[in-house]
Amino acid sequence: MATTLAQKVWEDHVVHRASGEPDLIYIDLHLIHEVTSPQAFDGLRIAGRKVRRPDLTIATEDHNTPTIDIDKPIVDPISKIQVDTLRKNAKDFGIRIHSLGDVEQGIVHVVGPQLGLTQPGMTVVCGDSHTSTHGAFGGLAFGIGTSEVEHVLATQTLPSAKPKMMAVNVEGVLPAGVTSKDIILALIAKIGTGGGQGFIIEYRGSAIRALSMEARMTICNMSIEAGARAGLIAPDETTFNYLKGRDHAPKGADWDAAIAYWKTLKSDDDAHFDLQVDLPADSLAPFVTWGTNPGQGVALNDVVPNPADIKDEAARNSAERALVYMDLKAGTPMKQIKVDTVFLGSCTNGRIEDLRSAAQVLKGAKVSQNVRMLVVPGSARVRLQAEAEGLHEIFLAAGAEWRQAGCSMCLGMNPDQLKPGERCASTSNRNFEGRQGKGGRTHLVSPLVAAATAIRGTLSAPADL
Amino acid sequence: MEKFTIHTGTAVPLRRSNVDTDQIIPAEYLKRVTRSGFEDGLFVAWRKDPQFVLNQPQYKSASILVAGADFGTGSSREHAVWALQNYGFSAVLSSRFADIFRGNSLKSGLLTVILPESEIEAIWEQVEKNPATIISVDLVARQVRYEQKILPFEIDDYTRWRLMEGLDEIGLTLQHSDKVTDFERKRATFKPVTLTN
Repeated sequence: MATTLAQKVWEDHVVHRASGEPDLIYIDLHLIHEVTSPQAFDGLRIAGRKVRRPDLTIATEDHNTPTIDIDKPIVDPISKIQVDTLRKNAKDFGIRIHSLGDVEQGIVHVVGPQLGLTQPGMTVVCGDSHTSTHGAFGGLAFGIGTSEVEHVLATQTLPSAKPKMMAVNVEGVLPAGVTSKDIILALIAKIGTGGGQGFIIEYRGSAIRALSMEARMTICNMSIEAGARAGLIAPDETTFNYLKGRDHAPKGADWDAAIAYWKTLKSDDDAHFDLQVDLPADSLAPFVTWGTNPGQGVALNDVVPNPADIKDEAARNSAERALVYMDLKAGTPMKQIKVDTVFLGSCTNGRIEDLRSAAQVLKGAKVSQNVRMLVVPGSARVRLQAEAEGLHEIFLAAGAEWRQAGCSMCLGMNPDQLKPGERCASTSNRNFEGRQGKGGRTHLVSPLVAAATAIRGTLSAPADL
Repeated sequence: MEKFTIHTGTAVPLRRSNVDTDQIIPAEYLKRVTRSGFEDGLFVAWRKDPQFVLNQPQYKSASILVAGADFGTGSSREHAVWALQNYGFSAVLSSRFADIFRGNSLKSGLLTVILPESEIEAIWEQVEKNPATIISVDLVARQVRYEQKILPFEIDDYTRWRLMEGLDEIGLTLQHSDKVTDFERKRATFKPVTLTN
């Protein structure tokens, strides 16, 4: 029977199958961070259980960690307790950890791929919804809650109900200045935040195949914002070239065996998808959100929509509430919206290519005097790479702040937060009310739009400079 | 986990769709390492508004939350489930839940029930008219009942059984340990490990 890529990976991981029960799926890699794991380790202790496969588990500190003064103790005592708890749990259960100050520390979804731990055909989980990022390598990767974290720690498996399959086809060539972030924002605006619920999304088409690994990660990362627990892309030469030579990539004969398997990982030509969505590449433009969920977005050249034009009552009410919260008026051109803050970073857009593309725009320019720009690399390695390339000098000369790695202002769990009423152009993934700080207002954008916005002080694309 | 069979109580109408996990419980409350005491963070930004439905005295003792579509979108934080439970909710009714939130709720014993949007609307109208309306969420019969209404809902047999028996899912999986060991023996040798000797 013809099967999809996701179904193939699924079938390769079924440990136990019985009628009337969810499949028991083997987990190849379990990523851990400080926020969603402490109660899981407590659960293990209470039940007297061990971690079954510490050697398939890795921890990093990212959500709570400060991005300045990382050589000093964490100031917030509650954050400190949480980070210390992770360190103790890692030690007690024999799990590898990359702590603040370690060269491999960083956002969990940047660290895994960078170490070569995320590979095609694998099942990857983490107590974080943006685990979908790792699907860019052609595996099944999804976020789990703390109960499931405990389950994976104890058993290295997860009982899972098989999702439906969706294909998102992006055929053609992207117009200049349009990035993978714009693809995913446009998709979410099209299908809505619930559009992918119950599905795994496979991103297909020539525009997807033309993307770099990092750009693919940006798309898969935000599958969850479309409601899908997982998104994936068939592995190809781009994937193999990215992996070759990385710390944990297979070597020698293992590499050859791996490549032979990885090359089988694609949907059959006649595989059935429960839903197909077409997003022609040439129809896309730089995209930006205006509201308080990631589906509330428009092209940057467009205007703030009028809720009265929205037919669905719930969506209309939600748009009305969003405009009040965002302090925006229907009909305002998006490009007239002024921002106070620009945030470049996160597991969505905190990788080296993201920093390079923003630096290219900022080179020789100045951040508007009304704008504070924060550049937060996704990992300590990304930061070092950027410094080796001199990108930090471009950011600093432009007047941006150059920070240490972590989740930072994406969710404002550390001190990097918006103040009430502040408006931010952010390369992160969620524009929820208060997400970046109480009362803060978020517009999701690509790194290119973030950089141009920083210079002009209003939402802008590099073409506007 | 406590057994869940039938829950009977009053309901609070949350007439909002796309209620994301940052609204259910903001990130600043996630720093705790315990599993209880999250009720203070539940809808904390909205609760500052005295008009917010949870602040209205007629809904003070409600134990069933009736919410708009796409409830629980966003993060995988199970703290969102704990916050609802810690506050006193035993069930949430909506026309659509985000996948991870729903999974978390059913692992932790918070029953999330999917009903048609028109029925959610009807319940909102009923409890706004009469906040003392008694609603039964019956997992055994797979029904929500109030007044003369009987609304069937779907939930898979396995999850229903696990909730009704209050079973530890890890314990259930550990019964298959031999199969896990067999699977591990056959795993490809090129798959990565995080620890090296």
